[in-house]
Amino acid sequence: MRRRLFKNLITAPCTEPVSEGTVDLEAAGTTLRGVIARRLGRSLAIREVDAGSCNGCELEIHALGNAFYDVERFGIRFVASPRHADLLLVTGPVTCNMREALERTYAATPAPKWVVAAGDCGAGCGVFADSYACVGAVSKVIPVDLVIRGCPPTPTDLLRGLLWLLSRAAPAGVNTTPL
Amino acid sequence: MLKALFGHLTPTASHRGWPRVVGDADTWRGIGEALREGKLDLLGLWGDAAAVHCALYEPSTRQIASASIDVQDGKAPSLAVFHAPASRLERTIHDLYGIDFRALPDPRPWLDHGCWPIHQPLADQPRPQAPLPPYRFLEADGPSLHQIPVGPVHAGIIEPGHFRFTASGETIVRLEERLGYTHKGIEKLLRGKSIDEAGRIAARTSGDSTVAYSLVFALAVEAALECRPPPRAVWLRAVMAELERIANHLGDIGAICNDASFSMMHAECAILREEVLRACTVAFGHRLMMDRIVPGGVAADLEPAGRDAILSFTRKLRRQFPELIELYDHTASLQDRTVGAGVVLASLAAEFAAPGYVGRASGRSFDARICRPYPPYDLAPIEIVVRPEGDVDARVWVRIREIQHSVGWLEAALASPLPPGPVHLPVIAAPRAAIEGSALVEGFRGDILAYVRIGPDRRLERCHLRDPSWFLWPLLEAAIEGNIVADFPLCNKSFNCSYSGHDL
Repeated sequence: MRRRLFKNLITAPCTEPVSEGTVDLEAAGTTLRGVIARRLGRSLAIREVDAGSCNGCELEIHALGNAFYDVERFGIRFVASPRHADLLLVTGPVTCNMREALERTYAATPAPKWVVAAGDCGAGCGVFADSYACVGAVSKVIPVDLVIRGCPPTPTDLLRGLLWLLSRAAPAGVNTTPL
Repeated sequence: MLKALFGHLTPTASHRGWPRVVGDADTWRGIGEALREGKLDLLGLWGDAAAVHCALYEPSTRQIASASIDVQDGKAPSLAVFHAPASRLERTIHDLYGIDFRALPDPRPWLDHGCWPIHQPLADQPRPQAPLPPYRFLEADGPSLHQIPVGPVHAGIIEPGHFRFTASGETIVRLEERLGYTHKGIEKLLRGKSIDEAGRIAARTSGDSTVAYSLVFALAVEAALECRPPPRAVWLRAVMAELERIANHLGDIGAICNDASFSMMHAECAILREEVLRACTVAFGHRLMMDRIVPGGVAADLEPAGRDAILSFTRKLRRQFPELIELYDHTASLQDRTVGAGVVLASLAAEFAAPGYVGRASGRSFDARICRPYPPYDLAPIEIVVRPEGDVDARVWVRIREIQHSVGWLEAALASPLPPGPVHLPVIAAPRAAIEGSALVEGFRGDILAYVRIGPDRRLERCHLRDPSWFLWPLLEAAIEGNIVADFPLCNKSFNCSYSGHDL
């Protein structure tokens, strides 16, 4: 193990720069990113909620943590409880069987809170539209602030979407200003 | 055994892939007894408009056959009476079709949580919604037992499901799973869809196995329509399937170590996994290779740049992976967690016909690529990996070796030029009458079964996709008994059952 650790010390990191480039985002509120930047500075605690996805989105959300994307360098981290979260990252066509759990998770998240719907299913039910077992898009169950499309969205898409939220530098002093 | 049971019955002419017979109550009892005696493995059990079907595997002859029984007055005999692994499948058939299984040992609903707008959604006449009684978990009696409810929303970035632990101090006395949260109504959605539309839905049954699902769906459709994809497509499909296997095994080996708080292995494996996905993007244009396998062939040809990307990855893996294996093997604190944890007894693995690495780590020598070789594995066989121990460590080792075999297989397959020619059949002819096909494919998690029935309008009348997780989830309940609560994530990850594939 020591050999491996030493080797990692002298090799270049594989972490890649990410620019806030063009990505297929649908922002419901244009003021959202300013608000997040103002309220949270550059820290964002995310609770991921799979509300019925095929788990393709989860794989790519997982990938955000690998050394290439290293989401934590931006102050973004995934937390284990909605009570610790600023933002819910919700995937999947919300199934009827997950509807209550999603509503309860939203209710357990302290305000101010935001919701990002990730993936084509979360955005608009995807290929599962018209199923008796699906409620549909995340926005049919809880208010959604931002949609990141893709089947599944790539880690780059996800990262750009999240960075877009955080990117407006907070003007000095506004962190203490009430919303 | 299959011959003794079905020898006197005439296989249905419309079914391809392997024989299907229609039996009566006596046949069904014979099947139940053969399953109980371990002479046959249950590969699947699913409902239909007026019938119940099952697929059976005979280990001694490596033969598969399907059997069906007509539903009479909404009733059918139960296989769960003889064979516990059938229980959740029959509960599901009851939830979806309303078919009553006589003497079903566990009559509780399974996928139906009372939240759908209708009950028995696949029945001819679905019933309107009516509230279900609260779900009654199985009991555990004893002094100072306590319950720990977990989920459906879990602490990690994983799929939803509910676990009800009963523990005595730190030791788990009973785990009961409550699944169905990701039920998306896939089987009803598939009904009436064109082959292309259905393929896109099948590919999203379980996202981590999207290649395997597309493949098994395509093979079942091609079996039904009696067409063969071009040789080049056959090889490309297997290249994708092996890449998917490598990517998932890498991700899970890292995640298992992470659940034992050994994050370095997680970080290193995640890098290699990302390298596979990037090679897949160059080679096939999508990180998870979704919708790249379609009935009739593949949707993307492999260009020289893609081939180079794959081979450059395999070279890198050959360089780096041995160091990681050594790291896993030589870290005592990690071994302390994985060795002896979450043991699946060989007898249970055999009874549940445990698919994939869970079965192979408990001495069950079954791999669909070897036991029921589909092209190109008939021409280019791959080695099977079997370990007897049945613990988390054995499952990790099976997956380590499978990565190595898959890498070797890929390199051999890509060493010489793939067969030239088209990668897709021009047109698949429509059948004159309804026609059926079945197929079995080895996904990374285990064997996936597909059954399709296609009407003369080229639309699906029925499609059933059976995820390996159906036979893995119950084994997790057994494996965790007597382990400490803190080892559950580790054991769970070593199984890595699919929620979405199971819940459909």
